[in-house]
Amino acid sequence: MTRTEPALDTSPKVSDEVRKTTCYMCACRCGIDVHLKGGKVAYIEGNRDHPVNRGVLCAKGSAGIMQHLSPARLRAPLKRTGPRGSGEFEQISWDEALELATSWLKPIRAEAPEKLAFFTGRDQSQSFTGWWAQAFGTPNYAAHGGFCSVNMAAAGIYTMGGAFWEFGQPDWERTKLFMIFGVAEDHDSNPLKMGLGRLKERGAKVIGVNPIRTGYNAVADEWVGITPGTDGLFVLGLVHCLLKAGKIDLDYLALWTNAPVLVNEDPASPEHGLLMRTGDGKEMVIDRRTGRPAPYDGKGVRPDLAGKLRRAGVTHRSVFQHIAARYLAGDYAPEVVGPKVGLSPDGIRRIAAELAHVAFDQAIEIDQPWTDFRGERHETMTGRPVSFHAMRGISAHSNGFQTCRALHLLQILLGSVETPGGFRFKPPYPKPATAHPKPHAGVIPGQPLDGPHLGFVHGPEDLLVDESGKPKRIDKAFSWENPMSAHGLMHMVISNAHAGDPYRIDTLFMYMANMAWNSTMNTGGVMKMLTDTDENGDYVIPRIIYSDAYSSEMVAYADLVLPDTTYLERHDCISLLDRPICEADAVADAIRWPVVEPDRDVRGFQSVLIDLGARLGLPGFVNEDGTPTYADYADYIVHHERRNCVGPLAGWRIGEGGHTHGRGHANDAQLDEYIRNGGFWMEHVPDEALFYKPWNTAYQDWAVEKGFYDRPQPYLFSLWSEPLRRFQLAAEGKTHRQPPEHLRPRIKATLDPLPIWYPPLEDGHADPVEYPLHALTQRPMAMYHSWGSQNAWLRQIHGRNPLFVPTKVWEAHGFADGDWARLSSAHGEIVVPVAHMAALNENTVWTWNAIGKRKGAWALDPNAPEATRGFLLNHLIHELLPPKGDGLRWSNSDPVTGQAAWFDLRVKIEKVKAPDEAYPVTTPQASPVGRGPKTVRQKVGK
Amino acid sequence: MTELPERTDRKLGLVIDLDTCVGCHACVVACKGWNTENYGAPLADADAYGADPVGAFLNRVHSYEVQPESGPAQLVHFPKSCLHCDDAPCVTVCPTGASYKRGEDGIVLVNEADCIGCGLCAWACPYGAREMDPAEGVMKKCTLCVDRIYNENLAPEDREPACVRTCPAGARHFGDLGDPESAVSQLVESRGGMDLMPEQGTKPVNKYLPPRPKDDQIDVLAPLLEPVAEEPRGFLGWLDRALEKL
Amino acid sequence: MHPAPSLIAFSTLSGLGFGLLAALGLGFPAVTGWTALVFFVVAFALAGGGLMSSAAHLGHPERALKAFTQWRTSWLSREAWLACAALGGMALYAALLVLGGVRVALLGWLGALLSLATVGATSMIYAQLRTVPRWHHWSVPALFLAYAVTGGTLLAGQVTAAVGLLMLTGLGQFLAWRAADRRVAASGTDIGTATGLGARGAVRSFEPPHTGGSYLTREMVFVVARRHATKLRSIALVLAFVVPAVLLLLPFSHVLAALAVLSHLAGVLVQRWLFFAEAEHVVGLYYGRQFG
Ligand SMILES: Nc1nc2c(c(=O)[nH]1)N[C@H]1C(S)=C(S)[C@@H](COP(=O)(O)OP(=O)(O)OC[C@H]3O[C@@H](n4cnc5c(=O)[nH]c(N)nc54)[C@H](O)[C@@H]3O)O[C@H]1N2
Ligand SMILES: Nc1nc2c(c(=O)[nH]1)N[C@H]1C(S)=C(S)[C@@H](COP(=O)(O)OP(=O)(O)OC[C@H]3O[C@@H](n4cnc5c(=O)[nH]c(N)nc54)[C@H](O)[C@@H]3O)O[C@H]1N2
Ligand code: SF4
Ligand code: SF4
Ligand code: SF4
Ligand code: SF4
Ligand code: SF4
Ligand SMILES: [Mo]
Repeated sequence: MTRTEPALDTSPKVSDEVRKTTCYMCACRCGIDVHLKGGKVAYIEGNRDHPVNRGVLCAKGSAGIMQHLSPARLRAPLKRTGPRGSGEFEQISWDEALELATSWLKPIRAEAPEKLAFFTGRDQSQSFTGWWAQAFGTPNYAAHGGFCSVNMAAAGIYTMGGAFWEFGQPDWERTKLFMIFGVAEDHDSNPLKMGLGRLKERGAKVIGVNPIRTGYNAVADEWVGITPGTDGLFVLGLVHCLLKAGKIDLDYLALWTNAPVLVNEDPASPEHGLLMRTGDGKEMVIDRRTGRPAPYDGKGVRPDLAGKLRRAGVTHRSVFQHIAARYLAGDYAPEVVGPKVGLSPDGIRRIAAELAHVAFDQAIEIDQPWTDFRGERHETMTGRPVSFHAMRGISAHSNGFQTCRALHLLQILLGSVETPGGFRFKPPYPKPATAHPKPHAGVIPGQPLDGPHLGFVHGPEDLLVDESGKPKRIDKAFSWENPMSAHGLMHMVISNAHAGDPYRIDTLFMYMANMAWNSTMNTGGVMKMLTDTDENGDYVIPRIIYSDAYSSEMVAYADLVLPDTTYLERHDCISLLDRPICEADAVADAIRWPVVEPDRDVRGFQSVLIDLGARLGLPGFVNEDGTPTYADYADYIVHHERRNCVGPLAGWRIGEGGHTHGRGHANDAQLDEYIRNGGFWMEHVPDEALFYKPWNTAYQDWAVEKGFYDRPQPYLFSLWSEPLRRFQLAAEGKTHRQPPEHLRPRIKATLDPLPIWYPPLEDGHADPVEYPLHALTQRPMAMYHSWGSQNAWLRQIHGRNPLFVPTKVWEAHGFADGDWARLSSAHGEIVVPVAHMAALNENTVWTWNAIGKRKGAWALDPNAPEATRGFLLNHLIHELLPPKGDGLRWSNSDPVTGQAAWFDLRVKIEKVKAPDEAYPVTTPQASPVGRGPKTVRQKVGK
Repeated sequence: MTELPERTDRKLGLVIDLDTCVGCHACVVACKGWNTENYGAPLADADAYGADPVGAFLNRVHSYEVQPESGPAQLVHFPKSCLHCDDAPCVTVCPTGASYKRGEDGIVLVNEADCIGCGLCAWACPYGAREMDPAEGVMKKCTLCVDRIYNENLAPEDREPACVRTCPAGARHFGDLGDPESAVSQLVESRGGMDLMPEQGTKPVNKYLPPRPKDDQIDVLAPLLEPVAEEPRGFLGWLDRALEKL
Repeated sequence: MHPAPSLIAFSTLSGLGFGLLAALGLGFPAVTGWTALVFFVVAFALAGGGLMSSAAHLGHPERALKAFTQWRTSWLSREAWLACAALGGMALYAALLVLGGVRVALLGWLGALLSLATVGATSMIYAQLRTVPRWHHWSVPALFLAYAVTGGTLLAGQVTAAVGLLMLTGLGQFLAWRAADRRVAASGTDIGTATGLGARGAVRSFEPPHTGGSYLTREMVFVVARRHATKLRSIALVLAFVVPAVLLLLPFSHVLAALAVLSHLAGVLVQRWLFFAEAEHVVGLYYGRQFG
């Protein structure tokens, strides 16, 4: 008998229409093709032409349809009816909501604008929300960077004018050895995976430095299961080995960094430790040609790394000699470093040898002439094909800023930043700290703030403190406690506002941040602060306005909820003025646009802010006749100009002869052009400008032409950081503005102008014998913080999270599958299910982040595993360190930047009888959106 | 038609690189998305927002720890979908002929209109590649995206399985494993591609590329570093000499 | 494997039913008229009812007829044909016997053969599965047949034969369990071959692919604790074989005979529960289950 096969249509119609926009299932901002059938979203895949993801899409991105259709979507503005936290609301109209908000905000602006704290979490429109806050006049604005990764951003920008994360990337096509520190997923998650895939394809080696061997670290060829909080020491150990062997790029150091710049060495001088400069502020070096001092950028200058000068009785020596003296010392010898970081001394030596081997013996050369800022022409570009990447495993420790600086020092010593095969900046970076604004907090009632809120300080005179040293901002950013807090400290807002320290506020206005749950330290405590009342029975934080798109935990704590659309239903702008989506080879920006219209009474938050701005009469939001300047956010995106001819979007502006990109006048049809082009604009960096960007004339000129900055600004990498030294000088009593007594020793010790390592601060507060284990979290690749649990597909992948326990601890406590444990820190305890893991640092336990949910949130069944077995480590982490008996409560942050030290957490573990539910058991919140359907069978087509 | 074809003209299948897979589950969800909207009934999820959600998926990513004799434990992410076996036991057990293997390319499919939902094929599959849809009561399995790979409504470069197209790390490869010259066959050849449970006699078409040697299994080429100087002072001497040469 | 009640009921009842039909076909007991009717009603009810209950296991019972199409490759399809043929043949045989009082011995023998073949086909559905090492063995059809014959003989009231068969089948079952335990451990399939990683070192499952459940984990990754299994095996042996044999050896009474049948039935149900519940599917290896 012959086989017959059923007839099969192998060419079914895929969709009626494809609309291209930008994903927002996380902050990576990949391009997506949204397939529509009958006007409904049928299928989402990656946009092949998009610079970020080139067609690939992660699990979250592909599950976007389930996010878009989530039962937890808010449907209309909500006004609280029950007590805070209960989740009881009534639906109100937008007019009522906006009138209410206006009636709360107007008097604040007229009398004391600082009484509004506006913090915007997961904001991708910070240049807009910041501008709104500036117009309002409150100094209290920031997004989530302070608890997220400011250590990384600040250390990178202060050191080399750009950072890991979104500001740069390894040269995936050329690198031969890649070291990745403390990364589980990162923001650039698809590009990182694509890059790793390329390395694998080319057979390049990957070394993963991480206490936990999952994900990227699982595919790494070699795993360094480091002791948490010790990376800085490990890196400086590598620096020690490389220096000792002379395996450093002397040419690179001399030409492009401040290694040859002269440092004042006179302890009596008020300039002790500062760099020698010319009258007009240029750093001075010794020119090897003449043996005499010269400004670093003089034509033909050959800066001398061994330079030394005695002038007016003061000795000056090059930064490089300080580096050699410090890191050649025995403190950094592998024998000393090894035991502390959990590695054998030989292991450290071997990795140093590999780095040196690849950087110098396998160097590459590209035939591409270029001209540097000194006017010198180079025939080729030399590449050091070793590259590094790091993220929160380094950033989220209280020594993270200096650790990250140490890593940059290592990269720079190897000559592998902005050279082929190394680490490359993405336009509009590089951009030195000095090219960024300084922070402002000048408040005049009824007036805008005197300048942008956030920025980069260069010394005590830039701090936002009054004469008595009291912080001007509610989060105490840019104060002596954390002087270089470039992104603010969102994690301190609620506790400071609750404590009335430095002052009381009236309205807390938040957007897109689940601050009553996973983005807060001390979750239980914060829930209490938000509901706490004073002696009159009024809430200690009087008013809370919150914008969310979904029924999150934070929604339950708001007095007024402004429901946002989903990402497929609104305009957004991923602007060069914010966080760029560029690649090292290209500059790019992108939009979101309503590929479908909302079916609920919800509005894009930015459009709501524009409306509020007009109702409040904020400058920039109303015309002279009092009418609103912008109809909505789309109108703003197209017509707003931040500087002359520079607006939110760089593509398809209007120039002399038609379209122009970068600088140009507003173009009414700009959004249509973006839509026609797949939702983004991109332009390649000219070949001559591809590397050596900070010093490359071709790049500098191109950057000015595109409007990244207004004049070329070549600069030297700051191995020696003067801003840090200026704070130290203050702590030493050598400047006019001085820190309070109790902070002097800490500033002296931690704000060192050269990278240092010190143990994480919690080690000095919680007893390491009592709490012997480190406790960490990792982002699951298939979940975005708290959002994922409302997604019918994703929640099946991670619906609960065990605590992973290393073999040694597992056996010592006699754990078996299905057991539970009590995990306690100096601050609190939780009771959770455990699981065994062997590929784990032997003193570390960990879990997936933000899987645990409050009962009743996210339209889930109150018995959902997320609420009964899922848990947060956040209950164990406090925003303040345990008391030490000095009468002070030190904040659990990096002393330089204020970065939240999530990963300094120390714990102890005990086996307990399996309870019914994970502890703490949260009280349920009412669901203002009801519950999700029983069965999901999503199919739009027939 | 549950008789297996004597031979198939081509052997289309996947090659999965365990050395590269980072375990991101992108392929899992892209597969769910495509196959919910396309081939057959949508892949349903029962108790989707409840205490015990159970959905149908055609591709799932496991993870395993391997403890080598020496050196630290390793972790391997392990995606698994239908391997489109040459000797597919799932096909021959099917009483209705709903399960069949295509003669032209070897793809194993379920014709849902004929499926009585007896579950026997899932029992016969050693790999757990078949799942009963919780709402429709028919057997679901990887279709190798048969409605993408030949789909003339898609751009030629998109005529590949959804999971392959989406994999950010490039750990999934699609092609004709019956053609020794194909890129996938070459990859299998050069990387020592392997079968899962060869002793089950299913002759899987899909192949897995094993993880490369790791940690101390790797030969290190770099010579250990020779110190130029032990002391800062000696170092400066070296520096002077080195700078002279620049 | 998940011990689905519908499958346990099906195999137990239809096994007994076809066993009885086979006995009747061979002329044990050589009944006619109304007595014959009673025997046949019981036999058909058991065999037919079993078959019906197996349909409850289907996602689409309304398409059940399609299951007849693939007899060339599929044991389930063959079982369907054989069952129909056996039931049809025996129906004719019974009709002639009950209504006409005629006993067509040839038809009876054929019917008996078909009845046992049906049981054989059912057992082959399981025994053919390489994926379940505990099942993939000749002893599975042998035991299914032995159970059917024993049960049939018992129901047919052939006391002496039944006592003998009960002892034999009971012994066979005991030995088969022991052999199966060893076979599973020696199946050659383990997490190392399942993942292909076995040569690199000891492999263990770290995380399941989904924290949520799935058809696979519910259907195939079922585990019974070993202590329970041992206890249940003893119960099954006692109920299915020891008690009925003892009861039959006592002076005959209809009450005792009925008790013997019921005890046997209960024992077989327990045995069938174990048959599924104890069966390790190799897919469990992917989920970290250990064999043996
Ligand atoms: N233990 C521990 N805790 C941590 C961390 C850790 O590593 N360990 N990491 C910390 C870090 S780095 C971060 S960044 C935070 C992140 O924590 P959060 O910033 O709180 O992040 P999400 O959970 O994503 O919550 C953001 C809120 O935005 C809402 N939302 C989603 N989409 C939209 C939308 O389109 N419009 C509006 N208006 N709202 C929307 C969500 O519903 C959710 O309520 O967590 C921090 N918390
Ligand atoms: N899928 C997904 N992607 C996301 C997010 C998400 O929630 N889901 N969140 C986004 C956000 S807000 C952020 S901030 C980024 C963060 O992205 P990542 O930086 O990848 O953040 P984490 O997941 O917290 O991972 C921190 C890693 O550092 C390791 N680690 C902890 N301490 C140390 C240490 O002392 N040394 C070393 N070497 N390693 C250490 C941990 O084991 C973990 O692997 O991810 C973004 N991308
Ligand atoms: S990484 Fe994933 S979730 Fe994030 S933007 Fe890209 S596709 Fe969307
Ligand atoms: S998408 Fe690729 S990297 Fe991610 S789990 Fe699947 S195969 Fe692995
Ligand atoms: S993997 Fe399983 S379902 Fe796929 S062909 Fe092989 S036996 Fe059949
Ligand atoms: S479940 Fe469907 S495809 Fe599988 S064996 Fe039964 S009828 Fe065939
Ligand atoms: S080939 Fe298609 S059906 Fe098969 S696993 Fe990949 S996406 Fe799913
Ligand atoms: Mo973050």
